[in-house]
Amino acid sequence: MAGGDELKLLGSWLSPFATRVKLALALKGLSYAEVEEDLCNKSELLLRSNPVHKKVPVLIHNGVPVCESVIIMQYIDEAFAGAGPSLLPLDPHERAVARFWASYIDEKLVIPWVRSFRGTTEEEKSEGLKQAFAAVENLEGALRECSKGKGGFFGGDGIGLVDITLGSLLTWAHAAEVMSGTRIFDPARTPLLAAWMVRFDELDVAKAVLPDVGRMVEFKTKQARALAAARASDSK
Amino acid sequence: MAGGDDLKLLGTWASPFAIRVKLALAVKGLSYEYAEEDLASKSELLLTSNPVHKKIPVLIHNGMPVCESNVIVEYIDEAFAGPSILSDDPYERATARFWAAYVDDKLLASWATILFRGKTEEEKSEGKKALLAALDTLEGALAKCSDGKGFFGGDSVGLVDMVLGSQLSWLKATEVITGEEFFDGEKTPLLSAWMARFSELDAAKAALPDVDSVVEFAKMRQARMAAAAATTPNS
Repeated sequence: MAGGDELKLLGSWLSPFATRVKLALALKGLSYAEVEEDLCNKSELLLRSNPVHKKVPVLIHNGVPVCESVIIMQYIDEAFAGAGPSLLPLDPHERAVARFWASYIDEKLVIPWVRSFRGTTEEEKSEGLKQAFAAVENLEGALRECSKGKGGFFGGDGIGLVDITLGSLLTWAHAAEVMSGTRIFDPARTPLLAAWMVRFDELDVAKAVLPDVGRMVEFKTKQARALAAARASDSK
Repeated sequence: MAGGDDLKLLGTWASPFAIRVKLALAVKGLSYEYAEEDLASKSELLLTSNPVHKKIPVLIHNGMPVCESNVIVEYIDEAFAGPSILSDDPYERATARFWAAYVDDKLLASWATILFRGKTEEEKSEGKKALLAALDTLEGALAKCSDGKGFFGGDSVGLVDMVLGSQLSWLKATEVITGEEFFDGEKTPLLSAWMARFSELDAAKAALPDVDSVVEFAKMRQARMAAAAATTPNS
């Protein structure tokens, strides 16, 4: 890393959006200071650095904040173009395809998947899960297209923007399997993605960065209990 | 344009998402074939070009489709020479992408709530508050991004100008339909000046639908929604 480059990441171990940025930084071999935010008690620095959304992650580069995980990943790719592999390919059409799928993951997979966890009714939760599975089917097709004849990643031989965007969700995927038996990347339904998951988990950056599944299970279990208790007392 | 570049845009006249692609193509001086889609009866070409979302806009370049309006605008910037839509500087690019996303998430969502999504007076009123708050925030953003120049992109029109500009007819239509003024020359002087400046651009005059047509279109859609709600039993 160029002399004088100071990187600070405001994040939370819980947030897949923050995990993405960590994966990107690790892939590029960039060192940074990590600040673990308490999302129930956000720091002055976070509120000042992201006044519009007040959310993690925020990457602060030489004192200047960059917000929104997919925007941060592209920033890292562009500001540190010489460091490590590129997150996006060179060809404009391939770049457009990558940006399309990164956006798709957040809009069509993450949102309903979160709903399947935090929905207020069983109906809302099961509808969320159904939509999440539908999104995963589309991603299976995307992986087939993107990885054609290469190493089995959306980015081809190596991981790229889409792999990292999706890979940041793997701790949730493992935790969900432990907690409910649901396999979001089911080898019977989406074999390419199931294999991709194994491949991604094996990467050094994944092992270094992805949060511990046991810790996530413990947290999600407590969260689900607290949510249920709050709703039970609301409805009395 | 390089010999042999075949460009086709599938869109609808009122869609801000399609309009911003038209603006990008105009800024780059690119000629293209435009096909107006009937969303009630989507063409085979649209369905095969965007099988995932089945939505407009789609830009088809030498037979290869590109989908999602902001992805298309960046594609146009990268695939074709001409005035830049995004700066070369990584931080300025990140800033432009941030505000473009904000305009769609906060501004577009608020007028859509006022006109269509808000079912109760309370929801619509929340939409109005959100719209004013978003305009207030964008005033600050414009001050920073323009750095004393005329556009979010500086001297020339950039991504944020196109994303916000693509919504101008709808913003004005929302004022007409509600009878309320959201653009306040005193509260948001930079934005008000920007609006006038943007509307004068040839590209804007060509791409933006006239406000009366949008008002009529919006009222028809509201009437259709009301009729559908009246015949649907309460859930």
